[in-house]
Amino acid sequence: MQTKTVNQKAWFLVLPVLVLVAFSAVIPLMTVVNYSIQDTFGGEFFSLEDKLMWFREMLESQRMWDALGRQLMFSGIILAIEVPLGVFVALNMPKSGFWASFCLVMMSLPLLIPWNVVGTIWQIFGRVDIGLLGNTLDALGIDYNYTQDTFDAWVTIIVMDVWHWTSLVALLAYAGLKSIPDAYYQAAEIDQASRWKVFRYIELPKMMGVLMIAILLRFMDSFMIYTEPFVVTGGGPGNATTLLSIDLVKMALGQFDLGPAAAFSIMYFLVILAISWVFYTVMTNLDKRGM
Amino acid sequence: MSDATTTTPRIPEDLTAGGTRRRVKVRGSVVVMTLYLLFLMLPIYWLLNMSLKTNTEILNSFTLWPSDLTLANYRTILTDPSWYMGYVNSIIYVTMNTVISLAVALPAAYAFSRYSFLGDKHLFFWLLTNRMAPPAVFALPFFQLYSSVGLFDTHIAVALAHTLFNVPLAVWILEGFMRGVPKEIDETAYIDGYSFGKFFVKIFMPLIASGIGVAAFFCFMFSWVELLLSRTLTSVDAKPIAAIMTRTQGASGIDWGVLAAAGILTILPGALVIYFVRNYIAKGFALGRV
Repeated sequence: MQTKTVNQKAWFLVLPVLVLVAFSAVIPLMTVVNYSIQDTFGGEFFSLEDKLMWFREMLESQRMWDALGRQLMFSGIILAIEVPLGVFVALNMPKSGFWASFCLVMMSLPLLIPWNVVGTIWQIFGRVDIGLLGNTLDALGIDYNYTQDTFDAWVTIIVMDVWHWTSLVALLAYAGLKSIPDAYYQAAEIDQASRWKVFRYIELPKMMGVLMIAILLRFMDSFMIYTEPFVVTGGGPGNATTLLSIDLVKMALGQFDLGPAAAFSIMYFLVILAISWVFYTVMTNLDKRGM
Repeated sequence: MSDATTTTPRIPEDLTAGGTRRRVKVRGSVVVMTLYLLFLMLPIYWLLNMSLKTNTEILNSFTLWPSDLTLANYRTILTDPSWYMGYVNSIIYVTMNTVISLAVALPAAYAFSRYSFLGDKHLFFWLLTNRMAPPAVFALPFFQLYSSVGLFDTHIAVALAHTLFNVPLAVWILEGFMRGVPKEIDETAYIDGYSFGKFFVKIFMPLIASGIGVAAFFCFMFSWVELLLSRTLTSVDAKPIAAIMTRTQGASGIDWGVLAAAGILTILPGALVIYFVRNYIAKGFALGRV
């Protein structure tokens, strides 16, 4: 890493970003904070006790904890599938030439589809009457209905997420693999290292940096996922697939419970903030080690 | 796929052990990649398939390819302004967002990559938290903010709202690319009497052209795929195509053919631009840090 000159005038260069982000992030965030300590319908709170009422109400509400539980389960499952699968795919990708480009373009395609179209694609694909997946499963005699059955709904949104985002993990792992010099493999061949050992002691350590980014990006984005599962299941059946963001939008825009929704938002954001901090620390440490 | 399993045993035995292993491995990879790409393409194919069918065929018979190929669904979209204006709206705000994001991110990324200044690390982290902020948290406050300043249902409102996550992303990607440019180039230019502005535009920007391309691509992409904020901030004049799609649900049920055609048309722009940045996609996702 290059050494940097101390120069306070550099602040002028970041000023535009500061102004813009202040407008599009700080002002809205202050509105949220404001709601969280006020009664939306005109009543005024005076004591600190009252001001924290919404927070207490949310912390005590089973609804939020349930949504958080479902959210953690969702993020956990998709990470457990996408990371190993992505690495596996990356290991099998062609190294160069036409087919490498072909695979790269094909794999990136799901990443560029608007999120509600991703939802629509799977909504159609899974329908028993007109979808290929639903119809095939039905023909095989498997009782599959993602709008009625909790398990089927979960399988559908997880397979959808795997379809949508595994390529991201694969692309990052692939970029990590490509940065390994040939000499490493030649040395391994001389040592007659097994395929597993090559992976364990050469490829995996070299991929660690980008893999870390992949895992944390996937964790973040799955933690705030909204559109795709909402289009497919609408949070149902019942509340079975109501993840945090879906619940929040339901509360804020659907029921207009602004106070509790704002308190919910702030706690949601604090969780993300804590995780972002871990993300940032891990990444800067990896940067320092020169990866 | 089947030929991979049948040809493997036929490899002559006089090949070296290493040769055999490599051959088997390559065949294995082909199978894996074929299966994976098939998994990726099947749902998209199904959408394409449906977009080329009539609604009668979709609902009454289950066919793997259109038996009665029709472009009527696409014609519906491309001749009706209330449909195709959705694409125009999306493209307008996506472009605005990309331009704004890059314009403010370029100098900031340069500052972060070259200088250390009071609070730089905190500022960088704060930018990152915006990338991680759930849009659901911001939907309602944005709605109120942009309504109160009279920007509701304009393209610029959506473009500004999307800077929330695109500016941090652009700063990050650009900073990663700029770090790779040796500092000596800056110093030489200053000694040669270039002003900062002239150096930045004439010398520095061409050097990180690929980085700018990747950052622009990612701004384009994330603005294009986002729906929650763009839907909340628009009603008629700036409504994005992704939000218009939901209206296919009419009294007579859903118009599946048109819905599928609209979906296919939203995939096209991404498919077109991705070819140009294919070798940098991973670097962009790694925020310029591969």
